[in-house]
Amino acid sequence: MPLGLLKYGLSRDYPVSEDIPATPALKPSYDVVIIGGGGHGLSCAHHLAKYHGITSVAVLEKGYLAGGNTARNTTTIRSNYITPQGIAFYKEGVALFETLSQELDFNVMFSQRGQLTLAHSEATLRSFHARAEMGKHLGTRTEVVDQKAVQELVPSLNMDYGGALEILGGLWHADGGTARHDAVAWGYAAQASRRGVEIHQRTEVQGFEIAGDRVQAVKTNRGRIACGQVLIATGGMNYDVALMAGVELPIRCYPLQAMVTQPLKPWLNTLVSSVSLHTYLVQSSRGEVVIGGGSDPYQLYSTRSTLDMKEHLAEGAVHLFPFLQGVRLLRQWAGITDMTPDNSPIMGASPLDNLWLDCGWGTWGFKATPVAGKRMAETIASGRVPDILKPFALERFETFQLLNEMGATAASH
Amino acid sequence: MKIMTCPMNGPRNIDEFQSFGPVRDELDPEQTADADWSRHLFRAENRKGVVVEWWRHVPSNYFFLAERDLVSNEIIRTFDASQRSGQS
Ligand SMILES: Cc1cc2nc3c(=O)[nH]c(=O)nc-3n(C[C@H](O)[C@H](O)[C@H](O)COP(=O)(O)OP(=O)(O)OC[C@H]3O[C@@H](n4cnc5c(N)ncnc54)[C@H](O)[C@@H]3O)c2cc1C
Repeated sequence: MPLGLLKYGLSRDYPVSEDIPATPALKPSYDVVIIGGGGHGLSCAHHLAKYHGITSVAVLEKGYLAGGNTARNTTTIRSNYITPQGIAFYKEGVALFETLSQELDFNVMFSQRGQLTLAHSEATLRSFHARAEMGKHLGTRTEVVDQKAVQELVPSLNMDYGGALEILGGLWHADGGTARHDAVAWGYAAQASRRGVEIHQRTEVQGFEIAGDRVQAVKTNRGRIACGQVLIATGGMNYDVALMAGVELPIRCYPLQAMVTQPLKPWLNTLVSSVSLHTYLVQSSRGEVVIGGGSDPYQLYSTRSTLDMKEHLAEGAVHLFPFLQGVRLLRQWAGITDMTPDNSPIMGASPLDNLWLDCGWGTWGFKATPVAGKRMAETIASGRVPDILKPFALERFETFQLLNEMGATAASH
Repeated sequence: MKIMTCPMNGPRNIDEFQSFGPVRDELDPEQTADADWSRHLFRAENRKGVVVEWWRHVPSNYFFLAERDLVSNEIIRTFDASQRSGQS
């Protein structure tokens, strides 16, 4: 071994940097307690510390950092939704991803290669026209493309599967892309820790102390913490955690399943999804084909997978790309998704004065990690909900002002 | 595949069935305020524990009730809607 290398390796000055410090002792109180150390909670912590100078912040994570849906999602980032409120919000989310690696000084491998959603029926094509027009109006890159353009975008697609599910056209969303999910969470965690935010892993919130309209403290397996403001960002456990504070959210939990194949040489440049087949595919930077995302057909608090769902996803994938038939699956998994009645999130105030909600992210929340964190931090710091978040208030269910995104969330996430 | 026992057709593969979600109390349209309608429509039972749900055996279009654990996914029992206690 070259002597220089050995000397360097044994040197005290060897540049080891610790991105995320080990869990410290709990303090008796913090200005802000964030429940849930997934992407959303960590993003909020980063924005509080960097842009609002609030650093007395504890992120409480019952397991390991970002081991919930942040670790399980298929990383689709897009803004081709249906409602103007939804599109405006997700558009800001996509824009934040474009500069996220610089913001975090950490490569999140954002790859904006466009998303193609396929129509196998006239009805789907009609709905694509409506989405494209709304998207264009709000300044996103979304357009309807014909069969020929679909073939040019993805030459390996099987266009005609015996007639019935022939591909008639598509919705091409040039703003769509993917990013490395773990890197997003780690980047936010590292930045937040550097500014004094404490990240407490294996710290589970088990209850709340409430007096009048305020949360006085949260009760955890490591003790009681008094708090100024509290944010709930617990992914699949949002219903359960909010209920501990006496807040019953309009959420039902369903497992969502996905899987990846063995690595193949790069062949698929875009994200591809099919409304009729309920399947979408994307090739990761490692060459693996990520196939998602099937929701179980009934409520369940479980991350178990089922052979039926995996078969369904495989069938859709082979239908679109028949040459995948011999390819082996490498991994498969599920996450618990917190589904709202209108497939839009719940962000903003709760019935308690100092308890804030970043919930109802269901099958679609990874793409909103930067924007939800930014806007929730603004909300917590100022005590006021910014206009862009107002449509997502919990009260919309009482005033019947739902934001129906069902048609834009069923085929891809 | 998971098996569900249909009160009419006996044990069948779960993919022959469709879930219609937890049973909700019926409301009297004359007496119901907006807030209660909102609750009725949008807040389904989602607690970790046992729920009573509507299910349909799709090929025979038979609706029935099932008690199922939302955490373990155990189907505790299935029964005809006429046997629901306290209900006609
Ligand atoms: C299979 C699958 C595919 C998906 N694909 C996409 C996609 O392509 N694009 C997209 O935009 N979205 C997708 N999603 C949705 C997305 O993953 C989530 O909406 C998003 O990651 C939510 O982030 P979060 O930080 O709010 O929640 P999470 O990442 O789940 O973090 C919440 C954290 O809270 C912790 N927690 C829970 N209870 C407690 C407690 N009592 N005390 C302390 N901590 C607690 C959990 O351990 C967890 O780490 C997908 C989801 C799944 C499951």
